[in-house]
Amino acid sequence: MSRLLSSRLLPLFATALVLLVLFAGAGWHYEHFFSARVVLNLFKDRAFLGVIALGMTFVIVSGGIDLSVGSVMACSTVLLATLIMGMGWPVPLAMLVTLGFGAAFGGAQGWIIQAYRIPAFLVTLAGLFLARGLAFMLSPRSLEIRHAVYTDIGARGLPLGDGLTFTLGPIVFVAVLAAAIAVAHGTRFGRTVYALGGSESSAALMGLPVGRTRIAVYALCGAGAALGGILSTVALGSGDPTRGTGLELDAIAAAVIGGTVLSGGRGWMVGTFLGVLILGTIKTILDFEGSLDPAWLRIASGGLLLGFILLQKLIAIRARDI
Amino acid sequence: MNRRRSPLWWPLAALVALLAFNALASPGFFHLEWKEGRLYGTLVDIFNQGARVPMLLALGMTLVIATGGVDLSVGSLMAVSGAVAAMQVNAGASLGQAAGLGLLLSSGLGLANGWLIAKVRLQPIIATLVMMVAGRGLAMLLTGSQMVPFKDEGLRYLANGSLLGLPVPIYGVLGAALLTGWALRRSAWGLFIEATGDNETASRLAGVPTGGVRLLVYTFSGLCAGMAGLLEASNIAAADPARMGETRELDAIFAVVAGGAALTGGRFSLAGSLVGALLLQTLTLTLYNQNVPPAVAPVPKALVILGVCLLHSPKLREQMGRLRIFTPA
Repeated sequence: MSRLLSSRLLPLFATALVLLVLFAGAGWHYEHFFSARVVLNLFKDRAFLGVIALGMTFVIVSGGIDLSVGSVMACSTVLLATLIMGMGWPVPLAMLVTLGFGAAFGGAQGWIIQAYRIPAFLVTLAGLFLARGLAFMLSPRSLEIRHAVYTDIGARGLPLGDGLTFTLGPIVFVAVLAAAIAVAHGTRFGRTVYALGGSESSAALMGLPVGRTRIAVYALCGAGAALGGILSTVALGSGDPTRGTGLELDAIAAAVIGGTVLSGGRGWMVGTFLGVLILGTIKTILDFEGSLDPAWLRIASGGLLLGFILLQKLIAIRARDI
Repeated sequence: MNRRRSPLWWPLAALVALLAFNALASPGFFHLEWKEGRLYGTLVDIFNQGARVPMLLALGMTLVIATGGVDLSVGSLMAVSGAVAAMQVNAGASLGQAAGLGLLLSSGLGLANGWLIAKVRLQPIIATLVMMVAGRGLAMLLTGSQMVPFKDEGLRYLANGSLLGLPVPIYGVLGAALLTGWALRRSAWGLFIEATGDNETASRLAGVPTGGVRLLVYTFSGLCAGMAGLLEASNIAAADPARMGETRELDAIFAVVAGGAALTGGRFSLAGSLVGALLLQTLTLTLYNQNVPPAVAPVPKALVILGVCLLHSPKLREQMGRLRIFTPA
């Protein structure tokens, strides 16, 4: 037990435990909670948040923060809808261009942060304004996407029997999770990201490509936001400039709850995945409760976030004492 | 410590440029009218609307940023204080009681921010982010997520009345700024705040109460947010717990950065921040006058923020250049 407590993996265990307790508690309290449909919906509703939170995890591990993801996502949905419906582009090309837009937007932010040494949170704050305004410039209203390809990919998925399907969103979410784990822990780029977050000057002294890596991390996060936007258009059948308001907070919360340390250098993609599921479970519980004030959702996620950060602090103090 | 490279120059130049643009683009911009013992006109509006929220928030945010921190929770604290005051008024409380309770609560939550940052040693972004989410939840919980209409003549006068021809909030914010500036420059606290932002470890070793400094600035920021919330709610005679103060924290940060403060802390200029807030308000009104849809207005705002930051950065690069002797980047 003491080895477990002193382990760096403790936040991850704590996160998994919280998820289990939440889920078991809710399953015990509410009828029909413990069902395949609920779990499936959890994945379906949280798929785009999940993809975005994984990109955010890379940024936070690199020692930065990206506040623009919600707006970039909204802008991507509108861009995609405009390209397909307004300009008649083929769907795959439009999706590719949208992904490229997200990566370029994120990369530009990373470049400004790197080249001009402006705090990441300020640059991405400006990015938050900018992308949201751009979205409204493209279309002040929600745009419906009616396209044969769209209805087709919306309906596809892995049939699980019982009339349930593992639809595109969850499939992409899980695939992105696998890719993120592989990149973070199995590639030179991934290790550079951790080194950069641990200590930028040490990373530079070791000869690691600090500038290139930082720009790539923000580009990756921007592309994640665009992919999240694409998933949301598939799920909801429209592009909407108001979508994703405040999403950056959920993404940061998911990463932190999953054990990613905000000062950078430490974090797990799996933890972020668990964090996304915890946020989703809380939301589902509130939906089941029906009469509960939605204000509790905010207080609960704020309290949970604080609790996990305090837990990390405690572990950091113990680690220093040992 | 007091190296003041005319912090007012850039924001003032930008403000003058913006006003000049308006003078050309929209005739009647500088038109002032005396009606029923009160001055009316676009310029007065800028001051009035600017004083009610952005300038007050910028006042608190200036000190927070000077310590190297940031307060993202001011928008939510506005909602908390407005909601509490509105409910107190509706419950039959007096002006002092309603306003006092609202301000007490918002300052208390600000103090909690400071405690998390100074004692628990959380990063300011994170501690105030938690407060931003939880504070909004608290405001919605208090009011049951409903708009709370209320009526109080005293509060209405403070937010909307006029004194000697000018709107009351202008006097309020200028008075608060002068008082703050006077208190900080007369006591050692102004120096303490800048020292904490400049180098916290060195300051602490030199005997500066850095923990107390942080508690003070976040409490003060909460107090300013509370006042802004009271005025905003009183102005429209209703407290909207869900929407009031949303994205206002960004406006406040904008005002402070545009006013010449470095986000890394270590120096501040109250006058600069107030001019920055006026610049923001003028920009907002200019866009409105040019028929830019409100939803698109963030684009030029963001570009101005980025521009201001890039203007600041050559200085930073100079400092970086000097450091590069020791750390090859």
